Amino acid sequence: MRAVHDEFHGDLLEVSMGPQHPSTHGVFRMVVTLDGEQIVKLKPVFGYLHRNHEKIAESTSYLSSMPYTDRLDYLCSMSNNWAYALAVEKLGGLTVPDRAQYLRVIMAELTRLVNHSCLVGFLFNDLGTSFTPLLYAFREREKILDLFESLSGSRMMCNYQRFGGCRVDPPPAWLAAASALVDNFPRFLDEYETMLTGNEIMLARTQGIGPMGAAQAINAGITGPCLRATGVDYDLRKVDAYGFYPRFNFRVPLGAHGDTYDRYMMRILEMRESVKILQQAFRELPAGPIMDPKAKLRGFRPKVGEAYGRLEGPKGELGFYLISDGSTNPWRYRVRPPSLINLTLLEELCLGRTIADAVVILGSIDIVLGEVDR
Amino acid sequence: MSNLTPPFSPGASPQDEPRRSPAGEGGPAAGNISDSEREDLRQHGILLTSLEELYGWGRSNSIWPLQFGLACCAIEMIAAATARFDIARFGAEIFRPSPRQADLMIVSGTVTKKMAPLVVRLWNQMPEPKYCIAMGACAISGGPFKQGYNVLKGIDRLIPVDIYIPGCPPRPEALLHGLTELQAKIRAEHVSGPQAARHLQADSASEFPIPDYGAHDLEPPHNPDLFKPPASPRAEGLKN
Amino acid sequence: MIVPASPDPAKPDLSTPPVAENSLASALPPFSPSAILPRLLARFPAATIELVPNPGPAAEHSLLLDAAHAREIATFLRDDDMLRLDYCSNATGIDWPEKEIVDTVKKSVPDPAGGPDKVVEEKTKRIQPGYLETVYHLYSMARKHGPVILRLRTENRNDRIFLPSLTPVWKSCDFQEREIFDLYGIVFLGHPDLRRLLMWDGFKDHPMRRDYVAPDDFEWEPTPHGSVLDRAKGHYPKTEGLNS
Repeated sequence: MRAVHDEFHGDLLEVSMGPQHPSTHGVFRMVVTLDGEQIVKLKPVFGYLHRNHEKIAESTSYLSSMPYTDRLDYLCSMSNNWAYALAVEKLGGLTVPDRAQYLRVIMAELTRLVNHSCLVGFLFNDLGTSFTPLLYAFREREKILDLFESLSGSRMMCNYQRFGGCRVDPPPAWLAAASALVDNFPRFLDEYETMLTGNEIMLARTQGIGPMGAAQAINAGITGPCLRATGVDYDLRKVDAYGFYPRFNFRVPLGAHGDTYDRYMMRILEMRESVKILQQAFRELPAGPIMDPKAKLRGFRPKVGEAYGRLEGPKGELGFYLISDGSTNPWRYRVRPPSLINLTLLEELCLGRTIADAVVILGSIDIVLGEVDR
Repeated sequence: MSNLTPPFSPGASPQDEPRRSPAGEGGPAAGNISDSEREDLRQHGILLTSLEELYGWGRSNSIWPLQFGLACCAIEMIAAATARFDIARFGAEIFRPSPRQADLMIVSGTVTKKMAPLVVRLWNQMPEPKYCIAMGACAISGGPFKQGYNVLKGIDRLIPVDIYIPGCPPRPEALLHGLTELQAKIRAEHVSGPQAARHLQADSASEFPIPDYGAHDLEPPHNPDLFKPPASPRAEGLKN
Repeated sequence: MIVPASPDPAKPDLSTPPVAENSLASALPPFSPSAILPRLLARFPAATIELVPNPGPAAEHSLLLDAAHAREIATFLRDDDMLRLDYCSNATGIDWPEKEIVDTVKKSVPDPAGGPDKVVEEKTKRIQPGYLETVYHLYSMARKHGPVILRLRTENRNDRIFLPSLTPVWKSCDFQEREIFDLYGIVFLGHPDLRRLLMWDGFKDHPMRRDYVAPDDFEWEPTPHGSVLDRAKGHYPKTEGLNS
């Protein structure tokens, strides 16, 4: 923990948690005011990883921003690529071939598996298990990253999607390996759940902790699993029906209490649904081109106009808002970061709880600082 | 070299030998015996070492890094600690959340100007002997985010760096390679004499000034004692 | 000023891109700006509401509100039973600096020699004043439709930079408006906690503005190129014969 500023107002204690703190998932900082061990005020402080993604993107071409999107939410580069590609395609009126649409769904759902399994690992770190569940999660992550690497050339920063399609066509051996991995994934989930879901400490530390109301969550713009844990049926894969998601048969898991336990269960259930989507995708993947022949990557100049493209990222609604002035660089490039906006309710959720609960609540919201601060 | 050197020591090529050997220029560490004579003795079951060697060997194999992730590279740092890469094989698995207990700061990711003073403060809080690894392009030079207004163009502008690991992000194997290079560096350090390690020299700085948040930039933007930009090679090239 | 809505209700649909994001697009969905605009004008007769067309293939047109009525209108949009725009997804700032626009008018001038009329192009220059803009993307989680895009503009970029905060209507604007205040310098009146979000408190500039100049710390560039090369050159030793 970083050096602490102790300011006594009566018997209150102000503690600065972070930016170097093992529980803040990066360089996030909370200024917490405590009465004994109870939180009476919590102010998040951002910007320690503000690396000017938007400003850089406005001074470079549309294509050059694609690798930067990898580094937004660095656990989910494939989803970020897709969200950006979606916005540019909307801006430029591009179409995407069928095979590329399927490949995008495959990559996005594999990314969801990576993100959610790692999130559960990190959440249990915050609960005090000291690394063990994370080792299992990273074991599975490495298998998926091997697939990403053999396809795109990089483990984490895949830079795989392009506006108008995808960059590399996976060979049959890759698809077979990916399909085998997905078929085995439920076994890992069962193993994971046997270890974690019924654990007494886990239940005591998460059930009823940090409950979020549905109306409150909607007004605060909470999206993704955190929103669906409150029972609101809002999944962009169904609502916006982007990509080829309407062709897939899957359910949207919903919670009932909106507490930390529900947020945890959402991730587990979503992974099971992702496996279903992936199995269908591998079965139905059509042959064909993977790029729109009209798409021009270098020197791409969309017409004057604007577009807001969004998709259901693993953390929530990831949106890109682009304004074109007809030149090769976007006039305005904006990322709608789900991690940042999901933190809107952090203070409300933590008030009256202890510091240890705040750590768990933060862990269950699932933030990545690259996206929070951009 | 002593047989105490672990067999997985990287790049034990002959030309690296003088740099790694604690004997160095100050004469053989273990008395007036050459390395080849010690090797002969070792084959007869007699181990001969010096306190210096033992000290370096012990330190190099229990490096405790600071548990401190900045950005994307931190995920690869965590991956290096997990089962497949297993940084524990090199004795560096104990990530300490407190700088007071850490030997090694792995600057894993983009250092923003808002974060830079805190990185320096953490470095100042770490006790000697301490080492710094700049992991990834951003920590080395700003990397892809170099043109950002809030991005520090390399952590070596504010604190001294021992090992640079290029990559965006570097693979966990690259981090392990950087770590073994650091181990070799630690093993080669002397405990006394004019060649003594940095932390044993009375006049070497251990703490560095923490820059302030200014109205437009950090003040000062870099540590002038530490960071002395050479004349640009590109400018030289244009001149010729 | 009121720009008439598109008379052809099917027009926005025709220009919808092939990657249609919204499967709910029917003849004239209730959330289309052309449908909302008359209702708003009837409800808020004093307000100035303008339809800003989006010429791109996305064809998501937006509504420009005046600052005085923005919060009332936003509350209406949120609570109206047909719209129920309960979810503000995205709030962002945009900088539109002052720019010179050349209007070209073609005029036919009678030829004094008696020949056919000459066509002469007459160019007039005018300065379009700069302003800052915020854009809000609204959706409805209850009705599952959207987006409705609202725009608000400041009077200029220097001192009249005040806009009403929509945080009291949608809490999701909280951090986003703080970010706009930080990076663009728009002051949101009525925001509960308007502080810088990303940069530190003592920072004086608004770095996302177009005319912002970043601090020059490009002293050491081993392999400069592009804009970095230009900036690195400022640090090169002044030598005779060195071509800039």
